[in-house]
Formats: sequence, C-alpha cells, structure tokens
Amino acid sequence: MNITEIIVVSLIKIVLVIVMILVAVIFLVYFERRISAWIQYRIGPNRVGWKGILQTTADVMKLLLKEDIVPSASNKTLHTLAPIIALFVAFSTYAVIPFGPDVTIFGYQVKLMVADVNIGVLYVLALTSLGVYGITFAGYSSGSKYSLLGGIRSSAQMISYEVSMGFSVAGVLLLSESLNPQKIVLAQSGWMWNAILQPIGFITFVVSAFAETNRLPFDLPEAEPELVGGYHTEYSSMKFAGFFLAEYANMIIASAMITTLYLGGWQIPYIDKLGLGVTLTTLLQVGAFFLKVIFLLFFFIWVRWSIPRFRYDQLMSLGWKVMFPLSIINIIWVACLIMIFNL
Amino acid sequence: MELKRREKDLTVWQKLYIPEIVKGLALTLRTMFKPKVTMEYPEIKFQPPSSYRGRPVLVQEENGVERCVACGLCSRVCPALAIEVQAAETELEKERYPKKFEINMIRCIFCGFCEEVCPEEAIVMSKDYELVFTNREDAIYGKDKLLVPVEKLKDRLEFLRKFK
Repeated sequence: MNITEIIVVSLIKIVLVIVMILVAVIFLVYFERRISAWIQYRIGPNRVGWKGILQTTADVMKLLLKEDIVPSASNKTLHTLAPIIALFVAFSTYAVIPFGPDVTIFGYQVKLMVADVNIGVLYVLALTSLGVYGITFAGYSSGSKYSLLGGIRSSAQMISYEVSMGFSVAGVLLLSESLNPQKIVLAQSGWMWNAILQPIGFITFVVSAFAETNRLPFDLPEAEPELVGGYHTEYSSMKFAGFFLAEYANMIIASAMITTLYLGGWQIPYIDKLGLGVTLTTLLQVGAFFLKVIFLLFFFIWVRWSIPRFRYDQLMSLGWKVMFPLSIINIIWVACLIMIFNL
Repeated sequence: MELKRREKDLTVWQKLYIPEIVKGLALTLRTMFKPKVTMEYPEIKFQPPSSYRGRPVLVQEENGVERCVACGLCSRVCPALAIEVQAAETELEKERYPKKFEINMIRCIFCGFCEEVCPEEAIVMSKDYELVFTNREDAIYGKDKLLVPVEKLKDRLEFLRKFK
C-alpha cells in the first residue's frame, strides 16, 4: 500500500470508530436508564420514539440549546479545556483496540483496528492517566469548593487504582509476551482466556476499571448527594454533555480493554474446527467481540444499580491494602504457571 | 469477660466481598424481570379505593336537589377555612338550602373533617384527584362544580356507613 492508501484507509477507520462510539454512547445512556428503571420496578423512558429509543437524542438537543454558563470565578481557559481533554482521551484510547482479525477487503490487507501499535497496552494506560487531567482541571478551574473536592478525590482515586491496574496488566503481558493488543488476543486462543488462567488478576483489573471510569461503586468524584455532581457541578450545556459523553465512552473503552486483555478479544474458542468459510468466521468473530463488550457494558450498568458507593477511606484502603497486594499475588501466580506448565 | 459477637462482625466468607456482591447482583437481576409498579399515567389512571380522600363534593339526590341543609358545620370545622356557606329558605321538606356553597381548592387540605362532621352525609370526599386550575378564581369551586349525583358516590357512602 502506498502512503495515500494508508491515509485513506486510516481515515475511514477513524471515522467508523468515532461514529461507532457516539452511536454506542447514545444507546448506552438509553439502556442505562431503562435497566436502572427495571431494577427499581419502574418502566423508564419509553415515550420518545419507539420504546423511548430517541430519548438520548432529545436530551442532547436540549443540552445544545441551553446557555453555556461559565462561572465568573473560574479559570476560563482551563474551564474550556477540561471537557476537551476528557473527550480527547476517551476517543483516542480506542485506536489500539482490535475488534477482529486481519481481513482482506477489495484486495487490501486491512487490520481491524485504527493503529497497530506495538506498545498498545502501554498507550492505553498512558492515555487513561491523562484522563485524570480532564477531571482535575474541571474541578480546579470551576472556582467552586464542590468541584474542587470532586477533582481532588478523582485524582487520588485514579492514581491509586492505576497502580493495581498496571500490576494486573503485567500478568497478562507475562503470558502473551507482548504489549501489542492483537498479539495478546492471539495468545488467548481456545479456552486460554486470561480470565480463566488468572482469575485474581481479572477481578483486580475489573475493579480498577470501575474505579478508573468513575462508575459506581467508585463514583466518588461525582457523588451526587455530597458533592452536588462533583467536578462537573459548574458545567452546563454542551460542556457538561462532553463530560457525560466522555464518561460513557470511557465505559466502552474499559469494556473493550477487559475483553481484549482477559476475555479473548474477538476469539471464539475452536471456531476454526467448525470449518466455516473465512468471511463467515471473521464476521462471527467481530460479532463475538461486540457481544462480549455489550455484556460487559450491561455488567457495568448492572453493578451500578446493585452496589452502594464506598466511603472515601474504604475506597483508599480497598485500593492500597486489597487490590494492590492481590495484583502482585497475581503476578506471582502467573509466573508459577509459566514455570510449571511452560506456557 | 467474654466479648459478645455483634451482628456487624462479618464472617471470612462475607469479608471476601465477591460472594456477597454476586448475591446482590442476583437479586437485582431477578428484580429486572418482575412486573413493574409504574402506571403510565395519562393513559392508565389510578383507580383509588373507596377510602381515598379526593376533592370534597356535595351529594346530589336523584331529584336534582342537594342533600345539604346549610347548617354550616363543615365551614366551622374546616381547619383551613376553605368552605363558605350561605343559607337560604326553601319550600322543600328540609326547609334550608345553601344559596352559596364554595370550597377554595387552594386552601383545602383534604383532611375529610367536613365529611366527618356532616349530619346529613351531604358532603363527602370523592375519588377525583385531577385538580388543575390556571388562576386563583378558577380554584374556587361553586355549587356547579361541587354537586355530584348520588350514584357516583355510592362507594364512599357505603364506606362511611361501615367505618365512620
């Protein structure tokens, strides 16, 4: 492929992925509201469009038409920058996640990911750490004590949980011997899923992912009852929608990362034994990836409406005294696995 | 001295969190498929039981005359001073009737004292809970709005005879 073709193919993939995330977020918000309603014996929004499917669209329209209020005590540059950082991080992380095997379309060898980066996992970890800046800036620049408290809480929380997250990823890297997401997926062929081989690492990673995305039971940066919304208290209109969008996009990325690292990515165990055609196999595999992600997203929502929020000291002690040692035990466990079974 | 085990001391199994979280998740999953309690209001309306205290109304007999004899007890007992009655004479057997009977629905607190105190069962609480007005004048209900035929209030009258 020459350089023009590479650019065109990359652009198509970028647009596809961004549109996919945006559409997914719209449905995700809708399903979050519906599922929360079902869990609470309610019906949920069902008036706008078929079964209320256009509810989110209507909400976004409303937000677009609202006045954008910037508090006079705020630092205006940072105040504007914060949601942009949050959104940028949320969207760019998705670049390295493979949602299918390499395919040949119109004679071109196309990788089903935006960028095949050798250090993909490191890239994701680095960018999610950048995501802290969005929230911290939002809290700091708003000139409101509630926002500041939310921002400080979130930076402490995200930094603490990144440690155990990084250590649980180390277990995966030991097994796959690569930082490339596609190679990590390929290393999990058959039932060699990392979730089965290293259940402790899987649990610590999932819990850390919940904390990283600021979802309940770890949504202390937002904490509606105490902090009036936390870091986005002083945001309105489309800037608020930006944070909202980033939060849900982060959820999708967390689910995609869990799928890639622990649930075998797009792999269906032993599908090559069935003798289906290449096209059908590929389609099934891409479908399997999305199914796994959708299940995890449902799990995110399901957990949110089942478990109450942690207290701040509980959150910190869980992060440092439980999750951190557990993720180190997981590394030792994986090392033993490699030593004994020569994986 | 032996320390008494308190309820809040968790067992090792409970301290693992995960089994307890799974239990909670199972509960919420079961709830998701249970019938919903929400009524889709404008389409499906709540049918109150006969003990429901909706807006107070005056009972209208089959011959089109109200039962009220304008004794004014309801007006006296009303804690919110919502009822105004003006009595007048009539040729009928009851001799007195309310020339003017007004309930200010902004003031009414739906306590049901008027119904309790009425010697004639002439004012009762209906099942009507849809009270909308766009200005203060509309909120003062005169006899035109208050009179309701006795057939429509059978439930409540029976309930009152049983329990009052």
